[in-house]
Amino acid sequence: MKKYLEIWELAKTFSTTKGVQSVVDGFNLTVEEGEFVTLIGHSGCGKSTVLSIVAGLAGATRGTVILAGREVTGPGTDRGVVFQAPCLFPWMTALQNVTLGLEQAFPKFTAAERNERAAEHLERVGLGSALHKHPAELSQGMRQRVGLARAFALEPKMLLLDEPFGMLDSLTRLELQDALMEAWSRERITALMVTHDVDEALFLSSRVAMMTSGPGARLGGILAVPFERPRERASLFESAEYDLAREELIGFLEHQAHPGVAPSPIEAADEAAETVQPTAIIHA
Amino acid sequence: MSFVSLSGVSKSYGTTARRSEVLCDVNLEIERGEFVAIVGFSGAGKTTLISLIAGLAAPDAGSIRVADKPVTGPSTQRGVVFQNYSLLPWLTARENVALAVGQAFPKASAEEQAERVTRYLVLVGLGSAGGKKPSELSGGMRQRVAVARALAMDPEVLLLDEPLGALDALTRASLQGEIARIWQADRKTVLLITNDVEEAILLADRIIPLSHGPAATLGPAVSVDLERPRDRRELSRDPRFKAIRGELVAWLLASGKQRKAASLPPVALPAPHVVEASA
Repeated sequence: MKKYLEIWELAKTFSTTKGVQSVVDGFNLTVEEGEFVTLIGHSGCGKSTVLSIVAGLAGATRGTVILAGREVTGPGTDRGVVFQAPCLFPWMTALQNVTLGLEQAFPKFTAAERNERAAEHLERVGLGSALHKHPAELSQGMRQRVGLARAFALEPKMLLLDEPFGMLDSLTRLELQDALMEAWSRERITALMVTHDVDEALFLSSRVAMMTSGPGARLGGILAVPFERPRERASLFESAEYDLAREELIGFLEHQAHPGVAPSPIEAADEAAETVQPTAIIHA
Repeated sequence: MSFVSLSGVSKSYGTTARRSEVLCDVNLEIERGEFVAIVGFSGAGKTTLISLIAGLAAPDAGSIRVADKPVTGPSTQRGVVFQNYSLLPWLTARENVALAVGQAFPKASAEEQAERVTRYLVLVGLGSAGGKKPSELSGGMRQRVAVARALAMDPEVLLLDEPLGALDALTRASLQGEIARIWQADRKTVLLITNDVEEAILLADRIIPLSHGPAATLGPAVSVDLERPRDRRELSRDPRFKAIRGELVAWLLASGKQRKAASLPPVALPAPHVVEASA
């Protein structure tokens, strides 16, 4: 195993009307080849900013990203990206959406070869019979499966996933996690995924990178996930090690949210709603 | 005879040529004062089931009875909380609740009605936001108004259709706690529909999984024998909680796989659409 992705002293600032805002400052992370690393942290802490910089969709203010020995300077088909929304072209079928990227990645392929490869990757995520359906005919979970197939079909050096299941209901999310693991375990493409779901992070990753809350977010800690693959959800849930790992992650997140004493969830939820006056009946 | 009773209920939509069967042979019994949760995938037919019990739609086959009377249409006997709140945007929170109170208690005096509206707004923690319109309230506060509206009618059954589905995790946790507290205070008969297994375990006495549609039907019920009030954090370590969650998740994911295997047979490679440039 060698260092495959190196993020070194990454910093990103945005200028706003209120002055310069530092989102990420001094973020360091190394991912080895074949690892699946998740990046966990609160909404708005800068997780997606880091992922966008690795994807080459945003530039860094300071610092460097090196992927497979080369500095990242812009987007490319060597990185397959899956976004929170599937971002499919509505006038194209599932198959056409996947082949489109292949034209860029494999310009020497014939159309038949591209179709074959796209169909194969759609089958791997369980869409073998929906190749010619348009996004409007697919459920949200199936659309996100197309998004996964599109990224895998590029056979990229690295897979970048930005809360890919964040919009799905909790059961469909579990189904998609299974589909992702099935596809990923074939080639073990090095992957970096952003999520804020602790169970999702533990089920999928080799290591969980915890990010501090911004401004100036950085790496707060790393948790190695000891469970062997393939992982069974039921037996994970039952193991005491899983509970410990889960509590470590939740403890970190709670500490980041409220560095002092953690308020009750009700107070936290109502913080934004100033007009609410909690009453004794409810909150006693 | 149970308080809420569904027997052999089926429902399809569409005309004969393109008919899609949503629910198939649903049988359900809920006792008075019981909190029952039904867990299923998006699009499985959960909302159809609630609409049938609420009397907003009629079943194609089977019968639905509440308090030993057949359901023939909507009634203030059954309070519904919808996922999208369904508040009237031109009325304030107070007026939204008052509208329902006026329907349910037409003979009460204006003072009695006003007092009832206030009591339920206070109960959901909106004592001082009664004068605001839905657009001035956050999602969580809007859903509190909808809960107050349903409770203020003093219905015999409360039907909750993914009431917290549109809220963020933090607000959801806080409202789950409030639903549990309100239910413990007056023990209404409640049917909760959700896609969140943990939410169901946190709140319900009994959980029934709904299989993946089309033609969804109810699976084996699981009793939740956990003491109340239930604490989310302590629960997540409890082996009984884990066993229930594991059982339900396994059943639901298996029903999803089965449905895909049955209705989506694998097909051979497609005839290529794209014409080659060299051809």
